[in-house]
Amino acid sequence: MNPDAASRAGYRRFLERRSFIEMSARERVRAVLDPGTFREMLGPFDRIKSPWLPLQGIVAQADDGVVLARGTLQAKPALIAAIEGTYQGGSMGEVSGAKIAGALELALDDCAQGRLILPVLLFETGGVRLQEANLGLAAIAEIHAAIVALRRYVPVVGVIAGMVGCFGGMSLAAALCSQLIVTPQARLGMNGPEVIEQEAGIEELDAADRGLIWSLIGGEQRYATGFADDLLEDDADAIAAAVRKAFSTAPVSTPAPTRSRQVERYRELLRSIDPNQPLDGESLRRLWQPRLMP
Amino acid sequence: MEKIQYDYSAQHTVKQRVHVGVVGSGDLEVLLEPSPDARTHVLVNTSVDGFEAIWKNVLDRFFARFHGAVSIEINDFGATPGTVMLRLAQAVEALRV
Repeated sequence: MNPDAASRAGYRRFLERRSFIEMSARERVRAVLDPGTFREMLGPFDRIKSPWLPLQGIVAQADDGVVLARGTLQAKPALIAAIEGTYQGGSMGEVSGAKIAGALELALDDCAQGRLILPVLLFETGGVRLQEANLGLAAIAEIHAAIVALRRYVPVVGVIAGMVGCFGGMSLAAALCSQLIVTPQARLGMNGPEVIEQEAGIEELDAADRGLIWSLIGGEQRYATGFADDLLEDDADAIAAAVRKAFSTAPVSTPAPTRSRQVERYRELLRSIDPNQPLDGESLRRLWQPRLMP
Repeated sequence: MEKIQYDYSAQHTVKQRVHVGVVGSGDLEVLLEPSPDARTHVLVNTSVDGFEAIWKNVLDRFFARFHGAVSIEINDFGATPGTVMLRLAQAVEALRV
């Protein structure tokens, strides 16, 4: 194939692929589950929504921004929880957080009784919903506990597609997943860049410098520095395939130790950083990549 | 935040329910269900106060063409009248599929 034909073929592939990022949370869940198996729980018509936002003059969404669905992945029972990033920044309130935590706890009960359910979390969240403060934080802690309990039975697979990314307490939930899938558009971090700029000043971090931000916390960097297990283009079919692969490559009987269990390994990685030397995305890759080799 | 309610007469029943949209910036969510009686009921929850006359214009125009007996709840986050019309049209189109 000559270079022109190759670039035309690449362009055509780009045009033909279905963007996962552009999908709503509900569309994302449908795209990942086996076709025709989507069955939503606590959907918008159940109207289990935030009691706190209207008290503060904010219109609440009927599903509080979380889509919970049962269905199958390669004919095996699955549970998917997806966060709608365009509603209140994908923030976790009392209801949205409880929906995810409750669903994971029910899956845990099933797994403990020998009925395996494959859990998938589609993150798109700025973290706790500030208007619901402690109630959201409590729900996030329950999500953490449920992921840790559940992954003893079955891998918990997380996906961060973008463009919101995954921040705050929910970045810990992503880090607790057995397998984490990201796209180059994804971001993963504790504090979002705007928060860092606001608290530490623009000399510390310019939140408008997209190249800089993605070089620090973007999907490619997080994958290259061992915080994510798979890096994929923004393609719904590729992401659906990667979710299936994540369950098949992490055998249920002998799961690899999750990141949060490898405390010494990460202590060693942190010790390798000299805080007196300037550190950027590229130099962290150079420093850690030889150490990340198995 | 404002709550606005309208009623319209209807000519035929609707059996499905449809959910479209998101309560995101400049957008809205529409929950459409069969009406409990023979009339159409619309409840608007909007984050932007003071636009009741415009809501009435948009909804009057929409229900001059659509005569299904439905209960509609709209959760609005600052959508323009054009976006409101598109979301309502999308909901009604989903009824036909």
